[in-house]
Amino acid sequence: MSVNFENVNVGDTLPKWSRKTSFAEWNRYAAVNEEFVPFHMDDEAGRRAGNEQGAFGMGNLRYAYIVNALHAWIGDTGVVREVGCQYRAINQKDDVLTVIGEVTDKRTEDGEQRVYLDINVVNQDGGATCPGHAVVALP
Amino acid sequence: MTELTYVTDEMRAAQGQWGEPWTAPPITDTDIRRWAMATFYPEQPPRIYWDADYAATTQWGGIVAPPDFNPFAWPVERRSRGGSPGLAGRRPDGKPLTGMNGGQTDTYGVPMRPGDVVSARNRLVDWWEREGRLGHTLYVRSEIEWRNQDDELVRTRFSIGIRY
Repeated sequence: MSVNFENVNVGDTLPKWSRKTSFAEWNRYAAVNEEFVPFHMDDEAGRRAGNEQGAFGMGNLRYAYIVNALHAWIGDTGVVREVGCQYRAINQKDDVLTVIGEVTDKRTEDGEQRVYLDINVVNQDGGATCPGHAVVALP
Repeated sequence: MTELTYVTDEMRAAQGQWGEPWTAPPITDTDIRRWAMATFYPEQPPRIYWDADYAATTQWGGIVAPPDFNPFAWPVERRSRGGSPGLAGRRPDGKPLTGMNGGQTDTYGVPMRPGDVVSARNRLVDWWEREGRLGHTLYVRSEIEWRNQDDELVRTRFSIGIRY
C-alpha cells in the first residue's frame, strides 16, 4: 500500500529495502549502465585502487537502491523529485545493503505536496555508507 | 615551496562554461526493462517499468523509466569525455589520477519514456583539495543537465568526482 501526504508524519521511517551485493548485482548494473570499470570487476584491480578486499560496488548502484526504496514506499502515485547522497564507505563484496530513511519535513511548495527525508544506505554491520536526502511529491 | 595541486589551467578556463550538448540514442522499452531488472535484481521490478497495460492505468499513462535510468549508456559513437583529460585534474609528475564517484544530487523534472531522445550539457562548477585517507585528493563538482526532445527538463545533477 502506498502512502499519501496526509498520513505521512515527521519522524516516520521508510520501509527498509535490502539487497545482498556481489558480482551478480554489480555485473548486471555494469551491463545496463555500461560501467565496466576494472575495480568493480576484478579483485586485483580493486586492490590496486586502494581497497585491500578487492573489487567493490558502484556508487551508482547504491543510488539506484535509494530510488528503488523510495518507489517501493510511494508507489506509482507519488513522484521522486530529488535524491542526493555522498559515497562515504566502500560497498564490499557480499555486503547486505539496506536503505533507511526518516521523514524530516512535509510542506506544500510549487503546487506540490512534498515530503523531505534523510536517507542512508547501511551495511550488515550497521555502517552508514551513503548519507543523503530525498524529496518526494505525494498525492 | 609550491603547494601541491592537481588543478589544471584547463579546469580554470572551463569553470562555469557550459560545454557543447550531446544526445543519447532514443530510449526503448527494452532499455528500461533491463535497467529495472538489473537494479531490482534478484526480485521482479515494479510493473510501471515493463507492463504497458498496467502503466497505461497510472498517472503517467504509459511506461516510464526509473528516475536513475541512464539513456547515455551504450552510445554507438564514443564521445570524448569532457573534451580534454586535463579537465579531470592532473598530477604534477604526469601520472594519471584514479577517479572515484563522490556523490551526487539529482533533481527530477519530467520522466523519461520509451521514444524519448535526451540531450545533455555539462559544466565544471568548482573544486577543492585536501589530504585524505588516499593522500592528496581533488574533489571536482560538476553540473549536468538533461532535456528531452521537447526541451523539457528531465534531470539536473550536481556530482562530486574524487581524484587521487
